Amino acid sequence: MHRTGSLYGQFKTLEQQKDTATLGMWIFLVTEVMFFGGIMLAYTINRHTYFHAFAVGSNTLSLPLGGFNTVVLLASSFTMAMAVWSAQSGKKQLISIFLTLTILLGFVFFGVKYVEYAQKFHHHLVPGKNFDISYCVDNPSKCEDISAADLERERGEIEEAKAADPNLNAHAQLYYSAYFGMTGLHALHMVIGAGLLLWLLKGSLAGQFTAEWNNPVDIVGLYWHFVDIVWIYLFPLLYLIDRHK
Amino acid sequence: MSEHEHSEHIVSPGTYLVIILTLLALTGITVAAAYVNLGRFNIVVALAIATVKATLVVLIFMHAKYVPQRTKLVIIAGIFWLALLLFLTLSDYASRVDYRGVRFPMSQNISHILNQHG
Repeated sequence: MHRTGSLYGQFKTLEQQKDTATLGMWIFLVTEVMFFGGIMLAYTINRHTYFHAFAVGSNTLSLPLGGFNTVVLLASSFTMAMAVWSAQSGKKQLISIFLTLTILLGFVFFGVKYVEYAQKFHHHLVPGKNFDISYCVDNPSKCEDISAADLERERGEIEEAKAADPNLNAHAQLYYSAYFGMTGLHALHMVIGAGLLLWLLKGSLAGQFTAEWNNPVDIVGLYWHFVDIVWIYLFPLLYLIDRHK
Repeated sequence: MSEHEHSEHIVSPGTYLVIILTLLALTGITVAAAYVNLGRFNIVVALAIATVKATLVVLIFMHAKYVPQRTKLVIIAGIFWLALLLFLTLSDYASRVDYRGVRFPMSQNISHILNQHG
C-alpha cells in the first residue's frame, strides 16, 4: 500500500483524490441511468399500446402506501445528505446518527413494500397462472382490505376497460410484470445500498471518517440519492396513471 | 494532511432542509395533479414534476452543482445518451407501420403468448 495517511500514492492532493472518486462514481451511475432508462422505455411502449390495462392495473395499487414510501425515501435522501455534511464538517458522532436514520428509513421502505407485495399475492395480481385482474371485484369477501366503494369504482373501471380491450386480463399482466420488475430491481438496489450503509456505519463507529477524508460516505451517498431518483420516476409512472377517474 | 488546502464546497444543512421540503411539496403536487383530468397532459405534468425533483436531487444532494467541469461533462453526456435512447426508439415506434400493416399502438392481442385463463 503506497499510502500516506488518507492519500493514496497516485494522487497529489486529497482534493484530486476525491474528484477522481466522484468522477468514477458518476461514470458508474451513467451506466445505471441507461439500465433503468431502457426498462422505462419498454414500459412506456407497452403503456402506450395497452393504455386501458395499464390504467386499470395502476388503480389497483395502493396510493397511500406508495405515497408514504415516497416520503420515506425522500426523507432518507435528506438524512444521507446530512451524513455527508457531518463527515465534511468533521462531526464524527453525527455521521453515525444520520447513517443509522438512513438505514432505518430504508427498512421502513422495505416493510411497506412487503405489505404491498403481500396484498398483490392475496388479490391474485401476481403475473402467472392465477393472475386475475377481476379477482377482488368477483370475490369481495376475499378482499376485505378494499372498501366497498373502492371495489364498486374498480368494477366500473374494469367493465369500461374490457369494452375497449377484450384481452384486458392478459394486458393487465403486462402492467403487473412491469410493476414487479421495476419495483423489484429498485428494491434490489436498495438492499445493496442498505448493505453499503451498514458497512459505512461500521467505519464511522470506528472513527474512520474525518473532514479531510470521507470519500466512502460521499460515494455511497451518490448511490443512495441515485436510487431515490429512480423512485422519483417510478412513483408517478406506476402509481399515478389515470387516477382522476 | 493539513498542508493541503481544503477547497471542497460544503452545502449547509439549511439548504438541504429547503430542498427536502421542496421535494415533499412537489410530491404532494404531483399526487394532486393526478386527480385532475388533463387528458394526455397528465403524464407530461407528472414527468415534468419528477424531472424537477430529480434535478434538485442531482444538483444539491449529489453536489453536481459544485463538481469540476469534467464531472459535469460525464453527467450531461449521460443525460444526452438517455435522450438518444428514448427519442430515437420512440420516434421509430411512432413513425413506422409494422409487418402486419398496423400502426403503433399495436392492436393485436398477446393473450396466446401469455396463456392466461379467463
